[in-house]
Amino acid sequence: MIDFDLGAESEAFRAEAREFLASVMTPELEERVYRSGVSHDDDYRTQLRDRGWLAPSWPVEWGGQGRDPLEMIAFSEETQRVHAPTYGIGTTMMVSKVIQKVGTDELKREILPRALGGEIIIVLGFSEPESGSDVASAKCRAVRDGDEWLINGQKMFTTNGHIGDYVFLLTRTNPDAPKHKGLTTFLVPMKQPGVEAQGVFTLSGERTNITFYNDVRVPDRYRIGEVDEGWKVMTVSLQDEHSAGFASHCHAVVEHVEAWARTAVRSDGTAPIDDPDVRARIMRAAAEAEVSRLLQRRAAWMDHVGIVPEAEGPMAKLFSSEAIERMSQDFTELLGPDGLRSYFDPSAPEGGRIEHAMRFSLGTTIYGGTSEVQRNIIAQRGLGLPKPV
Amino acid sequence: MDLRPSPEQEQLIEAFASLYAKESPPDRVRAAEPGGFDKALWERVLDLGVVAMAVGEDAGGWGASLLDLALIAEQQGRAVAAVPIIEAQAAARFLERIGTGPLAEVLAGERLVTLALRPAHHGRATMVPAAAVADDAVVVVGDSVVLAPLVDRRTPVENLGSMPVADVDIDVAAATVLGSGPAALAAFAAALDDWLVLTAAALVGIGARGLEIGVAYVKERRAWGRPIGSYQGIAHRLADSAAAVDGARLLAWEAAWSAAEDPGRLAELAAMAFAFAHESARDATYRALHFHGGYGFMMEYDIQLYYRRARAWATVFAEPRAVYERAADRRYGSRGEPR
Repeated sequence: MIDFDLGAESEAFRAEAREFLASVMTPELEERVYRSGVSHDDDYRTQLRDRGWLAPSWPVEWGGQGRDPLEMIAFSEETQRVHAPTYGIGTTMMVSKVIQKVGTDELKREILPRALGGEIIIVLGFSEPESGSDVASAKCRAVRDGDEWLINGQKMFTTNGHIGDYVFLLTRTNPDAPKHKGLTTFLVPMKQPGVEAQGVFTLSGERTNITFYNDVRVPDRYRIGEVDEGWKVMTVSLQDEHSAGFASHCHAVVEHVEAWARTAVRSDGTAPIDDPDVRARIMRAAAEAEVSRLLQRRAAWMDHVGIVPEAEGPMAKLFSSEAIERMSQDFTELLGPDGLRSYFDPSAPEGGRIEHAMRFSLGTTIYGGTSEVQRNIIAQRGLGLPKPV
Repeated sequence: MDLRPSPEQEQLIEAFASLYAKESPPDRVRAAEPGGFDKALWERVLDLGVVAMAVGEDAGGWGASLLDLALIAEQQGRAVAAVPIIEAQAAARFLERIGTGPLAEVLAGERLVTLALRPAHHGRATMVPAAAVADDAVVVVGDSVVLAPLVDRRTPVENLGSMPVADVDIDVAAATVLGSGPAALAAFAAALDDWLVLTAAALVGIGARGLEIGVAYVKERRAWGRPIGSYQGIAHRLADSAAAVDGARLLAWEAAWSAAEDPGRLAELAAMAFAFAHESARDATYRALHFHGGYGFMMEYDIQLYYRRARAWATVFAEPRAVYERAADRRYGSRGEPR
């Protein structure tokens, strides 16, 4: 029976999350995150942990709350709406999930209690200077040396790599095998000689890193999955990303431009909200924000009822990221010269949030699989077209 | 949350899908051009109760929800079926709301009543959908809503979408006033919202089927030794349309669902869903046609049937931008209103 209500449990969870975030997301925290460009904050993580919300979807025996995908989408809509610094937690839990699914018992005992206890940060080491979307072409080399592996190479866009405790590293263990057959994944402790993180600063103000691995020694017990079977592990790691998207960012941008349109006064004394052009542009964006939300919720719902949203997840990611890119570009233009004022200018309209959204949006159509990769997946798995060339 | 139609809705969808498969294949759609009315098919859908289902049981109907009707409308769009179901349903629901007028005859299938999407201006209502074949039209004249007889007062208009539209001269003396003042105008606005939601769903059907036609073609057609659907220049634009058409369906369903479950949002969602469905169907059918190469330009290929109707069924109301402005009126109040 078609029903767009996420359900009482989801809405109750949303209300709790909203109340929590209102008290936790202080202007000071917001400022700290904005200025540092680091989407991780220890205090925020501690408070989240104390509420039991570091990994709400995990089973209770693992320290989670057994929340279902519909509850989780309500929760993530709220954290995204207020730009909570969730990225470090997100990657930590994503890798923890992989360890829980395919890791050895020893590794589970060592890592999971600390990850779910909010004590460690795990970061992602997939992309390299010469491989981004084509992640399986990774060159970072791991060579067996007795009970250890010797790792040499570089990883690009290792976000939170400068504060990470472990990196989930995709390495090449067999250069002679076809590219998907010679990969192995490791959990590499970062606080050891030979691992170095160098800051990479992005247009959105987010700090990421290039990380270097020079003769880094890793015991074999940190291997995840079988040797040369790293691609299977990668597939597991990407399974939980179905309902990813930027719908709440879209809605937040629309709310900011609405607030601007109601309060700004033009030279002729009128408010932008009374201008038909402004109204049509905002409502077009509002429609795209709503569609983004529905596509994301659909993917979450499919997950909830046990259908893998093979093409539907990519549709949500593709549409919502392209939508925020379009609307933040359009709204920055709509604001005119004042739209150029940044967060750091006290007179910036809406605290510079619209200008920031434009810069932020550029990354959304790239990371987590570029729009082009998403379109390839939709074309093949959704439309049944031949493998694109 | 649930995105599965109920078993009853599945039956309804199946009933109309199989009827259209038999009674509205492309050659029947072409045969009904340019007038855009397939009388035999109209009788068949009346037999299925397509108008009666749209009004409540108290008024002599079956009490289908707006969502039920939207699911049927999508099937009509998929078949680009030449029957004025949406206009007849929206007008019947208006007569039910206003509580006067020839509802009994409408439900009995003896009288076809449509509605004018814009108020009459200087005694004339233009581009009125279904007015070339209907008996009467519900029309806003000033602050009244009237039932205007159409016979001998209409000029059918040949048009891009081969729709049975007509310009109508409103003879106030011959028209019946159904209601006046804010309540009557509000009832009409509600009918228009119904029409927008149902047409949005029909446009989703046009976009979805247009996309399927395009996808099937690019899988078959080869150039430089491979199916053209394997080229990213083609695959990616179809992928964009797949996401947009799916999004349009979800938005149309949400608008239809809100009629019963979240009525405060209906008017805004109706306008949004309509404008978005228009844009996504417009783009999907353009792309599908274009990827046919020269064949897409030929009358013989079916994609042109979809290309023309994706534009016409929507623009007969207004361009997307004006519809977004309508959504803004619902969200912010009219322009210049004190806030």
